[in-house]
Amino acid sequence: MPSLPDMNTPEVADLARREADAHPAHPTVPQPDAGQEALFETLLRIGDSTLILGHRVSEWCGHSPALEEDIALANVALDLIGQTQLWLGLAGEVEGQGRSADDLAYLRDAWDFRNLLICERPNGDFGHTLMRQFLFDAWHHELLKGLAASSDPRVAEIAAKAGKEVAYHLERSSDLVVRLGDGTEESHRRMQEALDALWPYTGEMFLGDDKDADMAARGIAPDPASLRAGWDETLRHVLTEATLQIPEGDFAHKGGKQGIHTEHLGYILAEMQFLQRAYPGASW
Amino acid sequence: MYAQLVKSEGTKTREEMTPEELAFQERIDRGEKIEPKEWMPEGYRKTLIRQIGQHAHSEIVGQLPEGNWITRAPTLERKAILLAKVQDEAGHGLYLYSAAETLGVSRDELMELLHAGKMKYSSIFNYPTLTWADMGAVGWLVDGAAIMNQVPLQRTSYGPYSRAMIRICKEESFHQRQGYAIMMKMAQGTPAQKRMAQDALNRLWYPALMMFGPSDKDSVHSAQSMAWKIKMNTNDELRQKFVDQTVPQAEYLGLTVPDPNLKWNEEKGGYDFSEPDWSEFYDVLAGNGPCNKDRLGARVKAWEDGAWFREGLMAHAEKAAARRAQAAE
Repeated sequence: MPSLPDMNTPEVADLARREADAHPAHPTVPQPDAGQEALFETLLRIGDSTLILGHRVSEWCGHSPALEEDIALANVALDLIGQTQLWLGLAGEVEGQGRSADDLAYLRDAWDFRNLLICERPNGDFGHTLMRQFLFDAWHHELLKGLAASSDPRVAEIAAKAGKEVAYHLERSSDLVVRLGDGTEESHRRMQEALDALWPYTGEMFLGDDKDADMAARGIAPDPASLRAGWDETLRHVLTEATLQIPEGDFAHKGGKQGIHTEHLGYILAEMQFLQRAYPGASW
Repeated sequence: MYAQLVKSEGTKTREEMTPEELAFQERIDRGEKIEPKEWMPEGYRKTLIRQIGQHAHSEIVGQLPEGNWITRAPTLERKAILLAKVQDEAGHGLYLYSAAETLGVSRDELMELLHAGKMKYSSIFNYPTLTWADMGAVGWLVDGAAIMNQVPLQRTSYGPYSRAMIRICKEESFHQRQGYAIMMKMAQGTPAQKRMAQDALNRLWYPALMMFGPSDKDSVHSAQSMAWKIKMNTNDELRQKFVDQTVPQAEYLGLTVPDPNLKWNEEKGGYDFSEPDWSEFYDVLAGNGPCNKDRLGARVKAWEDGAWFREGLMAHAEKAAARRAQAAE
């Protein structure tokens, strides 16, 4: 096979030089203050997870199987969006580059998002949505318990507030998983199918990287692996009562925390960020 | 307000009334509230079920046009406000279905009538929400028109309905202010935002005027409902009040009401304005509005797709009751 010709003919090289001179500065991507990068990243992981899950839950508005569920789901979505404002607001503060919670939510592309993959899974049927919520709530509850004891008082304060809301989310999703798992044959089947389908997206919750290790060492956030025992205990208790089978496999899809997402996130952002992207700089 | 063209019976003169009917009418005339277990004419009960049911359905279907923008709200705060608003509407639906239940009709029965096309919801929700400014205009105009109708209904003769209205009115006026706040932002914003705001007013002005129902001269069902204090003002009275209140608000925003005939009339102390196109109104009621099929289709789909969920919960409740009974033996 012949080698490819050199693309940089004198004309192209000259063109590149002239273009570079005409546009001297590319917009710079903000970098967090030194030593704050791991904390910034950790706050994005939490805030992006609540943002994306809140978005998914809000898609049900007006379409759920009962009026009480419309109200309850809107409530959960509202709590998650409210928590997002706090987490991403603090992330912007920690980053120190003047970005607000809205800037972070609406002006980053998918590769800069750090949410868990389970949050971006499509809603599926109502059973799927409830099971996703239960698996997330059980983890979220453990996480916030850990964060409430954070050595960073700003983190501890948000976690204490969010923890109250999430205790209620977990109570509600556990109750519905039990009732539907131990309901009709069809509701049992749907809940088991949802559990099986979502199971490979749960392992990521407990996988740590060097940033997590840094946070744990400084007492700012719990080591992700340490949340597993409490989560397992909640699942054992609720799923047994729901007569559902905990899947055996331990394969885990991962990457969300490092910015490698499923195809779904791009569509969520295309929808969510539409106005901010179409009308840059407008105030709403 | 979300009741238009509610059918009721013909009005009886005092001479035609039975002694029971006469006593009932006198209670209403004295301003007493009628409570669920008390005697009431069958026509009163039926008219109220239609009206409260239509209002409840409007709240539920009304989630859809605003729900359409929740996932595209431009900031986290706007998203939270809109979510809370749509949640309130579901809550209003719940109070109203409960009020209707006190008249002996279940929520499921009413839903089935809605899904079968045998009960209506307000014509306004068959119009699309095309830009973010519609979230402002819906709050400002649609909730504004609703409040115009619902404030007097706080004094309606049926106790549970009156109490539901008192709660609902508080929340609706909050919604209207939020809607107006969105319009202010847009009207003071970029040229594109101003264009969106004007466009929303252009599209929603006449549909909002239609919310009050046909002109009094064509409104055949009003007299009995007014005698029973189920309806407190005529359609035209409320429409006039709405126009008089809204025009200065539009002027403050720097927007133009899309009516070349709009003019202050010193003599009547109100605006003269053009009637909406009533043939469009009847088309929308007949199912031919831009979104009728989509709106009702979405509700029917939600109901049908959710059947297994509701059945699952029922089955669990029965199992749990059986287990408790067994344990007690």
